Amino acid sequence: MIDAINAIKLTNAQIAWRAAQDIEDGVYVNLGIGFPELVAKFQPEGREAVFHTENGVMGFGEAPVEGKEDWDLINAGKKAITLKPGAAFFHHADSFAMVRGGHLDVAILGAYQVAQNGDLANWSTGKSGVPAVGGAMDLVHGAKRVAVLTDHITKKGAPKLLAECTMPVTGVGCVTRVYTSLAVIDIEDGHFVLREKIPAISVDDLQAVTGAELQLTSVVKDLIAPKV
Amino acid sequence: MDKTLASLREAVDGIGDGATVMIGGFGGSGAPIELIHALIDKGPKDLTVINNNAGNGHVGIAAMIEQGLVGKMICSFPRSADPRVFTELYLAGKIELELVPQGTLAERIRAGGAGIPAFYTPTSYGTDLAKGKPTAEFDGRMYVQERWLKADFAIIKAELGDPMGNLSYRMAARNFNPLMATAAQKTFAQVSQIVPLGGIDPEQVVTSGIFVDGIVEISSPQQEEILNREGAVYP
Repeated sequence: MIDAINAIKLTNAQIAWRAAQDIEDGVYVNLGIGFPELVAKFQPEGREAVFHTENGVMGFGEAPVEGKEDWDLINAGKKAITLKPGAAFFHHADSFAMVRGGHLDVAILGAYQVAQNGDLANWSTGKSGVPAVGGAMDLVHGAKRVAVLTDHITKKGAPKLLAECTMPVTGVGCVTRVYTSLAVIDIEDGHFVLREKIPAISVDDLQAVTGAELQLTSVVKDLIAPKV
Repeated sequence: MDKTLASLREAVDGIGDGATVMIGGFGGSGAPIELIHALIDKGPKDLTVINNNAGNGHVGIAAMIEQGLVGKMICSFPRSADPRVFTELYLAGKIELELVPQGTLAERIRAGGAGIPAFYTPTSYGTDLAKGKPTAEFDGRMYVQERWLKADFAIIKAELGDPMGNLSYRMAARNFNPLMATAAQKTFAQVSQIVPLGGIDPEQVVTSGIFVDGIVEISSPQQEEILNREGAVYP
C-alpha cells in the first residue's frame, strides 16, 4: 500500500504549489519553517502576497546568492533572506501582535497529525528528547486561515489525518484546510470534508488511508498539480 | 550624562552567581557575542538565562552553557544547527529548561518591562505547555494566564548608541533586544558605533536611554553564524 501511494502521490513542491493557488493578491502570510517555505516560490502570476517571519520582518523575498548573506537579515528558520521594496522591521512583541491579534490572513504550517476537529500536532512527537516549540503555538491562533501542508500518511504508512491526535497538540480546533500529498480537505464542524483528490486514487482508497471519515458534501474535484 | 563604558568587563562585572540574565538575539542575529564572552571570562555560576534559543555550536550562549555558567534556560526553541552542548546537559539532567512559546516569551518580557504582572493569551490553550496555568473565557474563547518575566540584567546588541543610552538596531537583529532592555534591573548594550548626542535622529530611536544603564562600543561585532562556520570555540 505504501509503495502504491508513493508511486502516485504529489511531491512536497506540488503540495506547496497547490496551497499557493489559494493565496490571494495582497494578503499577509506566514509560512512555517521547512517545507511550507516552498509556497512562496509558487505564487501565481499577477498575485503578490506579503510574507511575515516571526523574528521581525515583513515583506521579505528570496534567499540571497551564496556569499551575499547578511546574518542580521534572517528568517525564523535562521536562513538568510532578502528584502522586497516596502519591507519593515519590528521587534518580537509587535511581530506576535501581528500573529495573535488577527492581522495575518494566512498561516501555512507543517504537521505530524491533524484531527477532524482541527486540532494540530506539530511541535512534539511526545517521545523523550529536547522539547522545542518556537512560534508554532502562537501561529495557530490569530491568522484568519490556518492551513496545513503534509504527506497524507507517515513514512510507515500510518494516517496523519485522524479522529483525534495521539501526539501532544500545538493548538485546539485551529486548522481550517489541509493540503496533503493526495487531497485537499477542509475542516468544517468537526469533520473532514473532501474537496479535491488526485485522480489516481479512488475515494475508497483515500478513505482507507485516512483516520477519520471523509465527508463528501460537494463534487470532489480532481487535484492536478504540474511537475514543479 | 554619559553612559559610555570603557570596557566589556565593566558591563558584566555586576552579574554574580545565581543572577537571571536576559540575552538579546534570535539565533545569531542580534546576539551580543562580545558581551556574552566577557561574561564567560568573569565566570558567574548558576545563572538563569532568558533567550529565544539555547545556543548553537561552541560560542555565545552555547559556550556559556559549556563553561558551566548556566543552571536554567528559559527559551522557546532549544534546537539549532549544532545544539549538542545544551542537548547533552539537558538529557543528563544537568540543566533546567522552561519552554515558552515564542510569542508568549516576547509578551512576558514586554509585560515585565511594562509593569503588567500577568495577561491572558490564546497561545498554548489546551496544550501540555498550559498545564497548571489559570484559564479564563473572554468573548466565548478560552485563554491562558501567563506571568511577566523580569531579569536582574539584560545584555543586548544594538547598532547605534548615544551617550544617553538611546539605541537603534540593524535589520532583524532588533528581535528581542528592545523588549529585554525594558525588563531588567540593569541593561547593558554593545553597539557597533557610539555617536554624539543627536547622532541618532529622535524619530529613529527604538530604545530610549531610560531603559539603558551602559553602552560599550564594539565596532566590528562577531556574528555567531560566521563563527560557527569557522568552527570557532570560546574560550
